[in-house]
Amino acid sequence: MTMVITGLGTVSPAGTGTDAYWAALVEGRTLLTPIPDVGARGYPVRLGGRVPGFDPYEHIEGRYVVRTDAFSWFAMVASDEALRDSGVDVAADPYATGVLICSGSGGNEFGQRELAALWGRGPEFVGPYQSIAWFYAASTGQVSISNGLKGMCGVLTTDEPGMLDALGQSRQALRRGTPAMLVGGSDAALGSPFALATQLGSGVLSEGGDPGTAYAPFTEGACGFVPAEGAAVALVEDAATARARRARVRAVVAGHASTFGGVGAFDPGGEGLLRAAEEAMRRAGVGPEGVDVVFADAVGLPKADADEVAALRRLFPDGVAVTAPKAGFGRAYAGAGALDVAAAVLSLEHQVVPPTPHVPDAPLGLDLVTRVARPARLRSALVLSRGVGGGNSALVLQHPDHV
Amino acid sequence: MKREAVVTGVGVVAPGGIGAAAFWDMLTAGRTATRGITLFDPAGYRSRIAAEVDFDPAAHGLDEQRTARMDRYVQFAAVAAAEALADSGAPLAGVPPWRVGVSMGTAVGGTTRLDREYAVTSRGGADWVVDHTATAPHSHLALMPSTLSGEIAELVGARGPVRTVSTGCTSGLDAVGYAAQAVEDGLADVVVAGAAESPISPIAMACFDAIKATSDSNDDPGRASRPFDRHRNGFVMGEGAAVLVLEEASAARRRGARVRCRVAGFANHGNAFHMTGLRREGTEMARAVTTALDHARRSATDVDYVNAHGSGTVQNDRHETDAVKRALGEHARRVPMTSIKSMVGHSLGAIGSIELVACVLAMDTGVVPPTANLATPDPECDLDYVPVTAREHRTDVVLSVGSGFGGFQSAVVLDRGE
Repeated sequence: MTMVITGLGTVSPAGTGTDAYWAALVEGRTLLTPIPDVGARGYPVRLGGRVPGFDPYEHIEGRYVVRTDAFSWFAMVASDEALRDSGVDVAADPYATGVLICSGSGGNEFGQRELAALWGRGPEFVGPYQSIAWFYAASTGQVSISNGLKGMCGVLTTDEPGMLDALGQSRQALRRGTPAMLVGGSDAALGSPFALATQLGSGVLSEGGDPGTAYAPFTEGACGFVPAEGAAVALVEDAATARARRARVRAVVAGHASTFGGVGAFDPGGEGLLRAAEEAMRRAGVGPEGVDVVFADAVGLPKADADEVAALRRLFPDGVAVTAPKAGFGRAYAGAGALDVAAAVLSLEHQVVPPTPHVPDAPLGLDLVTRVARPARLRSALVLSRGVGGGNSALVLQHPDHV
Repeated sequence: MKREAVVTGVGVVAPGGIGAAAFWDMLTAGRTATRGITLFDPAGYRSRIAAEVDFDPAAHGLDEQRTARMDRYVQFAAVAAAEALADSGAPLAGVPPWRVGVSMGTAVGGTTRLDREYAVTSRGGADWVVDHTATAPHSHLALMPSTLSGEIAELVGARGPVRTVSTGCTSGLDAVGYAAQAVEDGLADVVVAGAAESPISPIAMACFDAIKATSDSNDDPGRASRPFDRHRNGFVMGEGAAVLVLEEASAARRRGARVRCRVAGFANHGNAFHMTGLRREGTEMARAVTTALDHARRSATDVDYVNAHGSGTVQNDRHETDAVKRALGEHARRVPMTSIKSMVGHSLGAIGSIELVACVLAMDTGVVPPTANLATPDPECDLDYVPVTAREHRTDVVLSVGSGFGGFQSAVVLDRGE
């Protein structure tokens, strides 16, 4: 079975929609802004990649807006775009389309409001929607309900790699009789100071205050990453199904693998990412010469960056173009891997590698695409992702003409 | 040859019974573990009862370093995983770590710790921008439920696919279903699968108070969880964990493992209707059952025992009764269908795995656990729920169903293989 992407949607710090996202990526735009309120309270982390000017009522029916957190809004809006883009007629058979939207930390801002009601006023002031807005499954549930999708429904909470793992999981669903899956990752933690506060002790967030240098992976000044919010969703289906309904194939999902690198952030063992990439490429049936671009994990911490560079050297002894567009807008937790997958699909489609913002020169002997976008013949892209919980995943995407 | 996933070991931490033996003893005796909440002061709450685990981490070999890092639900999982591995023999001997996976479910993860942290850092809800200097060192782990599967992976030495599954109250079935699929599809040879939850916290109790989903039989906690009974009035919150060791069938037989059962079929569907509401007809749950039976290559009449979701809400019990009738037809009236939530409460994401362990033990022992507290059946619920007293009953094919917020409906079929 060949699994293909026929629909794509994003909500990112570049705004709503894949067109806005791609435009920002190609220009290498800086999309990091101060997180409201927390600087005044002395939080050491002050910058974030926020979705600008997002009014949920512009995109979502009011009755859904009031019972959902921003992480579900982003998932719903990206899902709508992906469904429209795919042209799938979901009403024809509700069981034909499943949903698997990953989350890293759930409905933080909604949750914090209700926690405030509980502790500030009393248990009877907790609202009826807390039970359905805060938990990790809220986005999958609302996307299923608002679109009438009754296929296999799932939720993985594997941090940044969530989307990559969801695509792997989708293959299992497609093999077992769900013809199409709406797959994504979505997170929105920046609206909740409490969610941010819990992470400050983890030592992985950048404390930089200058958007131009705060998140500069693979450089000597690397000091962690800037947190972001956003979502990407893809509609995947079997190539034969897509062909039968004359759908536009945007990319082929050729191979996925995931490994565990030990308790701790970003593959503490240092070997897991390499292993995941090797296995994903083996499953995709491509060697190093067949991969034309790598969307790096690019955490922006010295050890994690050095591990990734070492893995890339092992995987590609003759070199490969590497990019990390997320340096421009931050890491959106479960949205991070998802937005990287979306970037890779768009990159293959446009035959252009977007640059890595904020990194002036290719460091550490890496062929990192910096400063300006690079047109190139792109047959396959490798997407790499590591999670704060120790999981590593790799995904090979191919241009449909090169399968 | 087609790869199949078999269960070779189980472990459980349940209210009223830590370890499979104590758990099974309790269930087959029909004892209930529901009681007044002791984990926090529930004064002012509508529902002040829960099924709690009397748990001393040190007694289970968890040192202070681990207990500081691991939230309560992760500790439960660690103890259940250790038991499951020991029960299984040596499932990992000779298996490369890259071929060992972990698939653990949880609905609300570290929210109990987050709730506590929030109360402190916000000065009792006074500050929106909380005092970040007052957070505990490991609080970021509470924010990300991936820590559950990570800790279990570390414990067992897994380096393959490691996932936390969080589909609300079907997480415990889905995590095991996905694990079986991973084995079948060759993504791993051994998967340690299960689920854990410790939701007995102010915020979780307040959440369910707000929608009156939980029972307010505070004066009679031992009889508060009454699935399928006319006088039921909601579910009783529970906590706990269960872990099953899944192996590729031929490898398990080669090493001489005691094969307890096969994970023969699994399916889940969204009802695409409502986050908490259920349509009476149960069409989507019935469809999940039928799909799971198809995957198992079993017919409806092969099912010997149905482990019900049986949460004890009016809409669930009727929905589920109709769904099982729809899926199994006339056979539904001949097959025992019981809810252990009557005894151990509803531990949200964990309960699906705890129920699967009960199913394995039912197959092992030829006994079906009862539905406790079922004195006056709801006339709308007219199946054989095995009231009050356990029943000797040979079981070769089990169906376990689950239903959760988000509209998710899951079904797992266990059998003795073909």
